[in-house]
Amino acid sequence: MSLQFNKEQMTEFNRLVAHYPEGKQKSALLPVLHLAQDSFGGWLPTEAMDYVASLLSIEPIEVYEVATFYSMYHLKPMGKFIFEVCQTGPCMISGSENIIAYIQRQLGIQPGETTKDGLFSLKLVECLGACGYAPMMQVGKIYKEHLTKDKVDAIIAEYRLQAKA
Amino acid sequence: MGVKLLLEKASVPGIRSYDVYRREGGYAAVEKALKEMSIEAIVEEVKKSGLRGRGGAGFPAGMKWSFIAKPEGVPRHLVCNADESEPGTFKDRYLMEFLPHLLIEGLIISSFALGSNDTYIYIRGEYAWVATILEEAILEATKNGWLGKNILGTGFDCMIHVHRGAGAYICGEETALIESLEGKRGNPRIKPPFPAIQGLWMRPTVVNNVETLAAIVPIIKMGGEEYAKIGVGRSTGTKLISACGNINKPGVYEIDMTISVEDFIYSDEYCGGIANGKKLKACIPGGSSVPILPANLLLKTAKGETRYMNYESLSDGGFATGSMMGSGGFIVLDEDQCIVKNTLTLARFYRHESCGQCSPCREGTGWMEKILQKIESGKGEMSDIDLLWDIQIKIEGNTICPLGDAAAWPVAAAIRHFRDEFEWHINHKELAQTSNFGLQHYADPIHVPA
Repeated sequence: MSLQFNKEQMTEFNRLVAHYPEGKQKSALLPVLHLAQDSFGGWLPTEAMDYVASLLSIEPIEVYEVATFYSMYHLKPMGKFIFEVCQTGPCMISGSENIIAYIQRQLGIQPGETTKDGLFSLKLVECLGACGYAPMMQVGKIYKEHLTKDKVDAIIAEYRLQAKA
Repeated sequence: MGVKLLLEKASVPGIRSYDVYRREGGYAAVEKALKEMSIEAIVEEVKKSGLRGRGGAGFPAGMKWSFIAKPEGVPRHLVCNADESEPGTFKDRYLMEFLPHLLIEGLIISSFALGSNDTYIYIRGEYAWVATILEEAILEATKNGWLGKNILGTGFDCMIHVHRGAGAYICGEETALIESLEGKRGNPRIKPPFPAIQGLWMRPTVVNNVETLAAIVPIIKMGGEEYAKIGVGRSTGTKLISACGNINKPGVYEIDMTISVEDFIYSDEYCGGIANGKKLKACIPGGSSVPILPANLLLKTAKGETRYMNYESLSDGGFATGSMMGSGGFIVLDEDQCIVKNTLTLARFYRHESCGQCSPCREGTGWMEKILQKIESGKGEMSDIDLLWDIQIKIEGNTICPLGDAAAWPVAAAIRHFRDEFEWHINHKELAQTSNFGLQHYADPIHVPA
């Protein structure tokens, strides 16, 4: 098996599993899948899920059924930066549609697609709990709130710069 | 200014850190509870306070605690529900982000009262940075002896663990949350058995919302009776309201539940009125699943009495003319908003979030979304409205968990109060693509701020 946690990731794995009583290590599955996704290129290939299953001493199917249920796990390769834009009611009435259209135009992609250079993916998501700061999107572990067209331009420029560094 | 019990210190610089929080009187409630009070006395104070669950259902917290089974030799668990996912709701995030130690203080007292040595905070996966804030605060609390072994020499051991979810609204339902915490899909369990008897790992478990657990701190400090004096009727204490939509000042506000809805929307202390000088059209006062109300029924009850921001007044009139306090997610819509479109986005949300276990919800939420999409895009027929009504009736009450109800209610209320707007969409297919129904349907004059 080629996919494996390195030493640092293994330390984090052990820390996550230690939160649960002995024999209940399956409880660590969600946090460990986050770790695996972060460690293995931002998505979960079958190989990664099988590896997690072996680490937690559970069946691969138990990992697949969880990975396919939760919206934060990506089952195909994604761009380096994923723009997850909220489209639910409170964001919609605060102008999310214009922002979504603007992002599509600036990146030249439709929701569900990734830019040719592999930098950006656009995904429309449901309520992220930032309704008072709408419109908004999540990029990795960060919330970008009170979005305007200017702010979107600045965010895209910021990540382009970050990718070059 | 109203009474502030939870957010009183929110603006103190550095309050997120242990040192500042402690200097401001933090952890005094833990000292009082663990050193001076018996478990029975703590539960009694919570019962006397009248505190109702702040997650949405409003079930009395003290009563929920008293249901926990205590079989010999079986560990019990307290789980903090921080899966805040109801559209319009972002109050728990605020509390955890700015006052993490307040939640931890509430968790220690509650864990002591329930006998939970390992307490879990189930936080929605997207709040990744909030999870980090909580973990840092737990570390600080542990270093200072408030968590760990033999806390304050009482012999009580307690550790708090942060568990990140991974994107699923359904995990806010307590049995789905427990399943998720066990590393499974968030499929709600059939009750009974209730979590208080067989919850996490089939052990007795209490699941409480973030705000509920934070409210334990002022209750212990001031006593249940004093806490119950704030507010009105069975709406005791203070409630956090997260206000959003077309208002001048979206944000999280702590109210004492005696304020009128009109004052909450128009006063500068709270929402500051409707944005851009527009008129109020409608409001979803308690998170996206509660019934939407047109402005006239929002500000006054059907009997013409002033409506207040509390559990009883917001539900006055039942679903026919009232709504619910719910989670406190207060979504305001101005005159430019389209009710059909708003309902469509909510229907899409519930279709996306249905776990798929029960057919009425799995299938029904999809049908509702499709029909609303059809009407919204100018292809609707008159019979579609009745079909929508029929589907929502068949979902409500016919599912394992309340997600079915949560999906049905917004559709039902939109048709109940805005049927003419749906009809207009169907009768004016082209016009509806470029303009909006506005406020035409109001029989009553709309409030215009002076």
